[in-house]
Amino acid sequence: MQHTMKRFDEEMGQLKEHVLSMGGLVEKAIGDAVQSMLEQDETLAMRTIDRDRAINALEVQADEMTRDILVRRQPAAGDLRFILAIIKVITDLERMGDLAAGIAQGMIRGGEKPPKNFSNLDIMGEKVQRQVHRALDALSRGDIDLAMTVIEKDVGIDTLYKRMYRELLTYMMEDARSITSSIILSNAAKNLERISAHATNIAEMVIYMEKGHDIRHVDHDTAARILNGEDI
Amino acid sequence: MSNPDNEKQSDVKITVRNLDFYYGDKQALFSNTLNIEANKVTAFIGPSGCGKSTHIRCYNRMFNLYKGHRGEGEILFDGQNVLDPVVPELELRKRIGMIFQKPTPFPMTVYDNIAYGLKLHGNYPKSELDGRVEKALQDGALWDEVKDALHKAGTALSGGQQQRLCIARAIAVQPEVILMDEPCSALDPIATAKIEELIDELKRNYTIVMVTHSMQQAARVSDNTAFFYMGKLIEFGDTGTLFTQPKEQQTEDYITGRFG
Repeated sequence: MQHTMKRFDEEMGQLKEHVLSMGGLVEKAIGDAVQSMLEQDETLAMRTIDRDRAINALEVQADEMTRDILVRRQPAAGDLRFILAIIKVITDLERMGDLAAGIAQGMIRGGEKPPKNFSNLDIMGEKVQRQVHRALDALSRGDIDLAMTVIEKDVGIDTLYKRMYRELLTYMMEDARSITSSIILSNAAKNLERISAHATNIAEMVIYMEKGHDIRHVDHDTAARILNGEDI
Repeated sequence: MSNPDNEKQSDVKITVRNLDFYYGDKQALFSNTLNIEANKVTAFIGPSGCGKSTHIRCYNRMFNLYKGHRGEGEILFDGQNVLDPVVPELELRKRIGMIFQKPTPFPMTVYDNIAYGLKLHGNYPKSELDGRVEKALQDGALWDEVKDALHKAGTALSGGQQQRLCIARAIAVQPEVILMDEPCSALDPIATAKIEELIDELKRNYTIVMVTHSMQQAARVSDNTAFFYMGKLIEFGDTGTLFTQPKEQQTEDYITGRFG
């Protein structure tokens, strides 16, 4: 149902669109950062770093929009939960932007040729990008099931990162000359793992926004039971 | 509908069961059931005409002033149904005081405004009367402002002071429950803040039930909130929960400004 004050609806709609377009830039930044590393494309890396400034600017604007709604509308219930969720989502997106820029910076500093096949960085990059996309979709539609999928799939990303880390460690022990590039690659993977964790935060906020349940610090089964309406 | 946590934690001061109310043929309240907790502030919210004032006026049988107004059901106060005519009205209104939307000081001095009720309910020697008047004005957070003007007309005070005078007058006779029907709607924000601060103090010794049109006020001062719509109690529970995570769609629509 619409608010009696139609302007309030407009403001909420604008804020959501703003955050989603910020999310769109973040998604693009992640894709480009990984690609710049895979293809050793310094120009693309520079462009990714530049884009992070645009993301930061959007963060500041989004903060102003939420502050205005809080002070002017004093939102309650679902509106309040939406604003609280958005405030956190903005921070997550900004961090994700920083982490993507970090991958691009690593590429520029890297110099030497990295080890074989970039050690599955491409696969991890794709998976993490999909996580971010799902989280933003869940936010856009208020889709709890999709949000739960994001949370479930984060475990797989962690596993992938650990596997890559072990693999890179082996390369470094085999050949000391690969240490620099392996560390850069390992840092990129770590950043991707962090990005996925931020996507999970967004998914958790979607659940709070839609249902009012805080499932941030409970295990998956408990979260599912809370969502089923059981008293925990 | 009621919050199970409440029932565990604290004493119930007033138990309302299946309260119906009629203005002549027109039914205004439909089977309202809730518990008013002792030493808590309970706020009633809802759109105009939803029955919140009608409901609160049943607690001290205020409606009895008008012909054809009648309440049915139970309002248990110390185990007695206050709707039962055997409960004497004067005694009931001493124990359940009331504050109205517009301050209603009597056309007499500040001192006499407070002393009036005391004289009605007891025969105190002058010195004791003085002490009780001072205590009431202190508890009403007005003493410092009027201690040198006790013999000025109560009506000469500012609106906010007049309302605190009425609160002091109500608490002078040491009631157990104070009903407030939109106590701040005629006051500016500073005077409102002083009343809200006072309400917060008063709940230590009294049980407070207030009707308010301001949802922010309900959120600021109350422990429990009841939402009424068209004579029905739609939702009742802990204020923080009701304003962040209401259970009923109608509550959500009302408190987020999506009504009608």
